[in-house]
Amino acid sequence: MSGVPEQQLAAFLQRVPYIRFLGMRAELNGDEMTAILPFADHLVGNTHLPALHGGVIGAFLEATALAQLSVTQGSAKVHKTIDITVEYLRPGRAQTTYARADLRKVGRRVANVHVEAWQEARDHPIAFLRGHFLLSDPTS
Amino acid sequence: MSVDPEFIRQASEAMASNAPQAQALGFRFVSVEPGRGSIQVPWREDLVGDPDTGVIAGGVVTSLLDHTCGMAIISAAQGFMSTATLDLRIDYMRAAAPRAGVTAMAHCYKLTRSIAFVRAEAWDTDPSDLIATAQGAFIINRPAE
Repeated sequence: MSGVPEQQLAAFLQRVPYIRFLGMRAELNGDEMTAILPFADHLVGNTHLPALHGGVIGAFLEATALAQLSVTQGSAKVHKTIDITVEYLRPGRAQTTYARADLRKVGRRVANVHVEAWQEARDHPIAFLRGHFLLSDPTS
Repeated sequence: MSVDPEFIRQASEAMASNAPQAQALGFRFVSVEPGRGSIQVPWREDLVGDPDTGVIAGGVVTSLLDHTCGMAIISAAQGFMSTATLDLRIDYMRAAAPRAGVTAMAHCYKLTRSIAFVRAEAWDTDPSDLIATAQGAFIINRPAE
């Protein structure tokens, strides 16, 4: 399945149940996608701060990489995660989180993707992800 | 320092499922022993990551591994403390089976005054046939003495 990037992205976000569980959205401006994770109580790991669960931040970064790949690769199929490394810089506060993915290298089979997440200011990132993804064959 | 093992068990059981994210994902306490902990997440329709196969999402496994690491740290440190993840690396060896839940086991193999080093693994049905492994470093905030 292929189509314009906006449709590609909307299809990806709609099709994946776990994306809906997170409550993740995304906006596309040209070829630049910004993923948006509105704060929700079920995403909290530490109720005292409160702070987003570290796993949620990692999951949002990974989902951002997969969404960006679905837009760029023109396939509604979900690509497979090979490995991810998440680095945490600041706690995720009880507010909206944003993320952008940078496709550092898209080869024939594997993509190397860096993703950065922030909250109130882009130059104050809360976490980074670096990962490798096995690309699905869009023709299969 | 010696702490009642029953206290550690109760603290771990509470930790396994009390956080809102743990509740939302349906985490279940499996076991705890000094420095090790295990938690399971049952399969659920709304946690699927690939609608073509019905396989549980990687993001669920990320939360599970991170949380299980936290539990292993509490059992290694023998007490309540808050932990924050510094970094977490996850390798995915294979996809979980369709409609399968996932179990994680974490081992906190080194605990310093401020940092915990943890390894973890996850499987769907057979602990010898892993779907993912993880390695992380965590900062620990000990309660004031």
